[in-house]
Amino acid sequence: MNGFENILSDLLVHSPALIVAIPLLGAFLTPFFGKVHNTARNTFVLIIVLLTSFFSFLLVHDILVNGNIHTYVFGGGSALTSGGFAVRILFQVDGLNAFMAIIATLFAIVGVIYSWSFMKEHTGLSKYYTLYLLMIAGIFGMVLTGDMFNFFVFLEITSIASCALIAFYTNKGKAVDAGFKYIVVSATGALFVLFAIAILYGQYNALNIAVLASNIQFSFLDRIALVLLISGLAMKAGIVPMHMWLPDAYGRAPSSVTLLLIVATQASLYGALRMIFTLFGGQLSRSVNEVGGIEINVNLLIGAVLVGLAILTIFVGVLMALKESDFKRMIGFAAVAEIGYMILAIGAALTIMFSVNDLETSRLALNGGIFHIFNDALDVGLLFLVAGAVYYATKETSLNRLGGLARNMKYTTVFFLIGLLAVAGMPPMNGFSSKLIIYQSTFLVNPILSIIAILCSILLLAVFVKVFYSAFLGPKQAKYEKVKEAPKSMLVAMAIVAGIILFIGLFPDIFISNVVEPATRALVNSGEYIQYIMGVI
Amino acid sequence: MIYNIPYIAVVTLVLIGLYAVIMKRNLIKIVIGITLIESGVNLFLITLAYREDSVAPIYHGSGMRLMSLPVPHALTLTSIVIGVAVLALMLSLIIHIYKHYGTLDAKEIGRKEE
Repeated sequence: MNGFENILSDLLVHSPALIVAIPLLGAFLTPFFGKVHNTARNTFVLIIVLLTSFFSFLLVHDILVNGNIHTYVFGGGSALTSGGFAVRILFQVDGLNAFMAIIATLFAIVGVIYSWSFMKEHTGLSKYYTLYLLMIAGIFGMVLTGDMFNFFVFLEITSIASCALIAFYTNKGKAVDAGFKYIVVSATGALFVLFAIAILYGQYNALNIAVLASNIQFSFLDRIALVLLISGLAMKAGIVPMHMWLPDAYGRAPSSVTLLLIVATQASLYGALRMIFTLFGGQLSRSVNEVGGIEINVNLLIGAVLVGLAILTIFVGVLMALKESDFKRMIGFAAVAEIGYMILAIGAALTIMFSVNDLETSRLALNGGIFHIFNDALDVGLLFLVAGAVYYATKETSLNRLGGLARNMKYTTVFFLIGLLAVAGMPPMNGFSSKLIIYQSTFLVNPILSIIAILCSILLLAVFVKVFYSAFLGPKQAKYEKVKEAPKSMLVAMAIVAGIILFIGLFPDIFISNVVEPATRALVNSGEYIQYIMGVI
Repeated sequence: MIYNIPYIAVVTLVLIGLYAVIMKRNLIKIVIGITLIESGVNLFLITLAYREDSVAPIYHGSGMRLMSLPVPHALTLTSIVIGVAVLALMLSLIIHIYKHYGTLDAKEIGRKEE
């Protein structure tokens, strides 16, 4: 018994590295299994993902229950080299990282289960699964790392793998075009991030986020770095002026890939959060600029800009979704709107936190925003899975030609209904609980904001009720007479997501206090994150 | 002033690259723009590492002379490798796009159906 616990604690120590290493190695072993047999390869991928999930669960459990922060220095020893340079690569995992790791784990499992039948008619599956595992490894790396340059590397791994996957249907020109758009945006964004990293390194001789955060002066150059970081990551997160790639990429990629793309987008959003709150957090709260005798609060400015962008994002997303007639692209625009809600909550939190110094309300807003990251991934993910199932059964994505599918695809219809209610923020679903918190907190910033937010939610409901009516209800259509229900593995994947949506919707308190609160705490008390690594050094 | 020339070159390269990415409609030119941004950032990293009168950080035969910082060199190498991968991927996508549409004009491609 004692031996077993020893092994478990050893595994726990190494789990941050293993979570990234296992899918990375598994990715390049996949083609060998593909040579043997298709089922062998699929089973192997599933085992790899489950193994990763096991380590992820071990790590997340320890962090959320015991409130620890984990660090893993590659090569061992202390985080500083002998000359006092903080250039060693290390993973640092606190509540927020754990929160993101939960999302990534869940979607990795669901995605692989869904791919089992969804992709089985295609050729080139060994390459597909290799890229899929690479993307999973990249996402895990992004959300676990505590090193700026390492973050950039994983950002690029994720975008290269996902770009190739978006263009998986190379026989369709539009899919390749979407992949090209995505790689242009993400390569530019990643280069902005690298530029910012170089600026910070040039001043502080460090690449470690915690060490940088403890030294940062908020000089003129640092401000340029902050702008570059936020704009680079916002490009990848699909905030409005840079959202053009998102509906294309989401809409043209295979549904199983879209599922992971959503997580990759959230991971970029996590990067922006980490940079704003941890890297610059200590300085933002104190910095006041004097421009011609007028004092401007820098954080207030950032908050206001974010709120403005968020409102724009929500509006554009919803309005474009209203006029779209392609099933998957429409969900893509809805996803843009949903990202707007998270940014709205974060912007509201920044405005409140640093201007009025009302920590209680800003915590509430942050809770809402972070909670919504999880809910959005689930809701939009479920809708995309349903759209994929519809495509699988009918080979059709245009809403003008679909109709009467509820007769033949009972379960899929029910799942779509759940996703529809959740994404519109209707009461029994999870979307309601997080959106209510967002409305509540933005109301304190400005009532108009919450009115706009609620209005757009209602419009979103209108959009999807329209889809529900035109695709699933309506008269029987002769060409869909022989349409069959989606295969079992796809139903299982959808059922997992729908089950979690219902669970969180019914018991939001359990989830908020156990998972969301630690993440918010980690964001607000950036000192803990910084102190911990300085203590280790 | 003379020491600022690399930084001016960096900013110029990045701005030219951004101009090409945003304003140009030819896909190949967009790719060239991204490559220019990348070279600008790489040059920036290398410039950061250089100290006056320093030699490359190789012990053998360097005597006791000042060496430039090796970490940015490592970062630059990594960034170059990533850049090559991205470049190859973008060009291969362009080949596919050209096969489908017979044009490299971004506007025309947007107008065409499937």
